Amino acid sequence: MTTITYRDALHDAHREALRTDERVFIMGEDVADYGGTYAVTKGLFEEFGRHRVRNTPLSESGFVGLGIGAALGGMRPIVEVMTVNFSLLAMDQIVNTAATFLHMSGGQLNVPVVIRMATGAGRQLAAQHSHSLEAWYAHVPGLRVVAPGTINDARWMLAAALEDPDPVIMFEHATLYGTKGELDDAGPVDLDTAKVMRPGTDLTIIGWSGTLAKALDAAAQLDDRGVSAEVIDLRSLRPIDDATIIESVARTNRAIVVDEGWRSVGLSAELAARITEQCFYHLDAPVGRVCAEEVPIPYPSHLEQAALPQVDQVVDAALAVTGS
Amino acid sequence: MTELPPSEVSKQLLGDMIRIRVMEERCAELYQQTKIRGFLHLAIGEEAIATGVMHRLEPEDAVLATYREHGHALLKGVSAKAIMAEMFGMAEGCSGGRGGSMHLFDAGTRFYGGNAIVGGHLPVAAGLGLAEKLSGRHRATVCFFGEGAMAEGEFHETMNLAALWDIPTLFCCENNLYAMGTSLETSESETNLSVKAAGYGIPAWTVDGMDVAAVYDSAGRALTTVRSGAPVFIELRTYRYRAHSMFDPELYREKEEIERWKIQDPIMTFTRRLTEAGLVDDDAVEHMWERARQEMEEAIAFADAGTLEPIEDLGRHVYRRELA
Repeated sequence: MTTITYRDALHDAHREALRTDERVFIMGEDVADYGGTYAVTKGLFEEFGRHRVRNTPLSESGFVGLGIGAALGGMRPIVEVMTVNFSLLAMDQIVNTAATFLHMSGGQLNVPVVIRMATGAGRQLAAQHSHSLEAWYAHVPGLRVVAPGTINDARWMLAAALEDPDPVIMFEHATLYGTKGELDDAGPVDLDTAKVMRPGTDLTIIGWSGTLAKALDAAAQLDDRGVSAEVIDLRSLRPIDDATIIESVARTNRAIVVDEGWRSVGLSAELAARITEQCFYHLDAPVGRVCAEEVPIPYPSHLEQAALPQVDQVVDAALAVTGS
Repeated sequence: MTELPPSEVSKQLLGDMIRIRVMEERCAELYQQTKIRGFLHLAIGEEAIATGVMHRLEPEDAVLATYREHGHALLKGVSAKAIMAEMFGMAEGCSGGRGGSMHLFDAGTRFYGGNAIVGGHLPVAAGLGLAEKLSGRHRATVCFFGEGAMAEGEFHETMNLAALWDIPTLFCCENNLYAMGTSLETSESETNLSVKAAGYGIPAWTVDGMDVAAVYDSAGRALTTVRSGAPVFIELRTYRYRAHSMFDPELYREKEEIERWKIQDPIMTFTRRLTEAGLVDDDAVEHMWERARQEMEEAIAFADAGTLEPIEDLGRHVYRRELA
């Protein structure tokens, strides 16, 4: 076991991809000389050259589209978009082209592109740099959407995404880059399954990306109060691994979803609906949800934190559904 | 006036323009007969562009076109049968029936659509060009789009990237003067379109898109540059005689304008030129029309005898890697 930051785990994944597959190249704003907005690609252009680590102009739709075209042309591009907020400028390419080509061509033309972007709040960056819009992409058939929430997934998910023949959108919560943790050498991971991070018997807490640590903290606090919480890392936002979630909730009979996206029409609603549809008769309480407040994320720290799901809220929600 | 291409080429150019014309006219009839549904966009009047450019391509070159692309697909080598079956929504269609008139695709001939988001395929074309450059191949990529696309941000982002990175792609603007019903002068601040592309440092010029010899000549010169590793833009001035789609009441232009353009009809004028040059006589020309009619009747019979994909297969072609 080695201790490593989430950022370095991603960095190592990129370096390995460039070393092992000559079809791989990285493209995005400030990925070269600047080292990447979040320093994920730091040093890679010196090692692999400007052809394979390509700084782009600020033209999200343009360079995401180029990534799609290059993937059609036999390459394995990794496109870094600075944040999900900016990715809306490229949404046409992702939704209308990457997600549709295989289908419109009757199965002839797949698009093996990986599009990475930061997401999430917590750093006082206000309403144009802090939103969690993962659900918008998770809505779209033809895309795979993943959210590495652990050091291990930060290290290994990229390789799985590059292996995948279809477009993969990878979300990295901006507050995770500096976090440290143990990296096991288990190697390749899959893109499709949720993972039980902590076993429990009284309720199931589902989190991912930025909310996973909050779910685990809440579970530790609940333990002290005699409530045994199972925690699931969703990992894949599309497809959603119903089997792992339903197996868990059918045992614990209660569920809480912790989502940094807004409550309305989002992933928490989707998960609550699936649980209700698939194990209604196992439920001892309505599915609980802890989500972002329905406001654009504000600048001042106290208001920003008030807008985001917090550990205390998860604990309270858990105590409410367990009647403790 | 541009010199005539060699006699055999000249005759093929005429024959291929006739094939497109016959196919498009039959499509209009088939639409009335409800064999073809959805949106149908006809390129009658614009045949010289696809014909002149396509005769300069090698089989391994890639083509991307708009939703007015039947002729482009036909001359890239997609069979009339596969095109017609696609428009009939049959499984034997070039996109397996999933795309229809606006989304003709064929991986075998490297025909990448059939793209119906105006401007959306320009970055994709540049990405295919980038893949050639990065992998050291020299196949050309050709992207057709209407002048309406030049008001889209994706046009500008793509021109900038293509020039910046010396991407070997030929951009062919089919300027038919109307973006649906919006005329050029009401949508472009600079109506000399090659000037706009030249602003990005891309070699750019304007061609009479009603003169197939001029198109053939320009495409040849442009592709020489493209194959040496740089982008080129050509504006091809043309006119569509028919409505934008079958739903268009044509309130935005006068009948006299259409009649004026028909005087320079590309097939009529080129037939006259070849006749005067002694390359064809009336019988030879009639034979071309007859052969095209026969080809299309066989295609229609093929499409009529096609099979509908079973509804049980609806979920196919969403992912190349299907979930377990």
